[in-house]
Amino acid sequence: MQYMLMIYSSEADWSKMTPAEQQTGVAAYGAYTEALKKAGVLAGSNRLQDSHSSTTVRTRNGKPQVLNGPFADSKEQLGGYYLIDVPDLDAALSWAARCPGAGHGVVEVRPIWAM
Amino acid sequence: MTAPEADDEARGTADRVARRSYGKLVAYLAARTQDVAAAEDALSDAFASALVDWPLKGCPSNPEAWLLTVARRKLIDGARRRRTSEIGAGELQVLAEGLDAAAADPAIPDQRLALMFACAHPAIEPAIRAPLILQAVLGLNAATIASAFLMSPTAMGQRLVRAKTKIRQAGIPFRIPEREELAGRLDTVLDAIYAAFTEGWTDPGGADVARRDLAEEALFLGRLVTELLPEEPEALGLLALMLHAEARRRARRNAEGEYVPFAEQDPALWNGRMIDEAEALLVRASGLGSVGRFQIEGALQSAHVYRRRAGRANWAEVVQLYDGLLALSGSPVVAINRALAIAELRGAGDGLQAMPQVTADLRLTDYQPYWAARAELLAQTGAHSEARHAYEVAIGLERDLAVRHFLRQRQSALGA
Repeated sequence: MQYMLMIYSSEADWSKMTPAEQQTGVAAYGAYTEALKKAGVLAGSNRLQDSHSSTTVRTRNGKPQVLNGPFADSKEQLGGYYLIDVPDLDAALSWAARCPGAGHGVVEVRPIWAM
Repeated sequence: MTAPEADDEARGTADRVARRSYGKLVAYLAARTQDVAAAEDALSDAFASALVDWPLKGCPSNPEAWLLTVARRKLIDGARRRRTSEIGAGELQVLAEGLDAAAADPAIPDQRLALMFACAHPAIEPAIRAPLILQAVLGLNAATIASAFLMSPTAMGQRLVRAKTKIRQAGIPFRIPEREELAGRLDTVLDAIYAAFTEGWTDPGGADVARRDLAEEALFLGRLVTELLPEEPEALGLLALMLHAEARRRARRNAEGEYVPFAEQDPALWNGRMIDEAEALLVRASGLGSVGRFQIEGALQSAHVYRRRAGRANWAEVVQLYDGLLALSGSPVVAINRALAIAELRGAGDGLQAMPQVTADLRLTDYQPYWAARAELLAQTGAHSEARHAYEVAIGLERDLAVRHFLRQRQSALGA
């Protein structure tokens, strides 16, 4: 089954870190990605730009409305995701627990709707 | 055989198989499809077919296999109908093959424990785990479970459906967890069984059949876990704890149906066979080298029983056990019982001191045993007006008529 691991963390906290700390943080994600690849379970991943860069669009009465900013305004923002292919939820949860994001934020595990 | 006799025989066989094998068949089907609801539906269709077929053709020699074959066919038909929307052709093929291979095997493997682990998975909302196990493993209907858990049948039905959908969609596995995570995962299963038991236990008079049955069903599940995992000390501890409580059921009411507190119960009315079994389980558990909440609670029951039977106070040991349990659980419920034991050992004043404060834990404001315990200790220290108030709150929170009556008597005995 495929699961999306969505990483939510505080952008404010991240921007307060020293460059050295940020580098350590990025390195942890690098190692994690490598481990996922080695295990042959990685189906895709991306880091997202900060939520300030976000724009939301909705169409109402045929007219698009474009708004600056993310859909949900919260303390923690979606910062990236991993798409993994594993046998079941337990396997997905054990990968989520190893994700650096689980340490500095939260990782939401959602099954993919298989078509 | 006349038609009514054949009907009776078919129904009797179906009832026996349902009682013995329902959970086994659901577990077996669900483990292959990930779909508890579909497995339950297919099995109930199979039971319905049995009641039509068996009176006409006679009961099959292997009723379980017969039911499994019919349920399997219904499952595959159902999956085929939904195929375009939810499952792929390849998956359907795998399903059919898996179920075919299964049907060739005359002994149906027992996967009830795996089913319980799925129902009590950390990804399932804690409050619905016990109801889910009762439904999936024992086949109790939503209305019965709802009344035992004081919930509306509609709400209970919806939450059960949601939980089953979650198992399927989230891919919760049907298996017994690996050694290193077994202990933590087993706790959630044991907690769910104990929750079912305590819901049954709140009706010691047995006036409400649904509740009394629930205690029996929980004992059945507890026994099942110890049979399937005989080396798990906490599973043994839970069964011992439940047996100790169950052993005193009759003694908790007098001939007039009035509530009898533990200290005034007649030990001759206790079920000695159950107590012996509980004691043997605790000894077995203690030899397995890891102590946990249920073993300590079982040991506490054992200490209380010993005191009443031997007529010798053992409050120091009881307080010690509660200390251990409190360190382990941090539960305010444990703190209340510990305070009562301290009161026995060192006086009501010390007991009151040890009582947790409502201000520190707001859950206590509507927790009846807290107010009843506080009232008892206040009464003993002579703080009658405070005691009267605490009794009043306790009475207002109690749902059992006999206990309410008992508390009212205690309150009246306070005098002016």
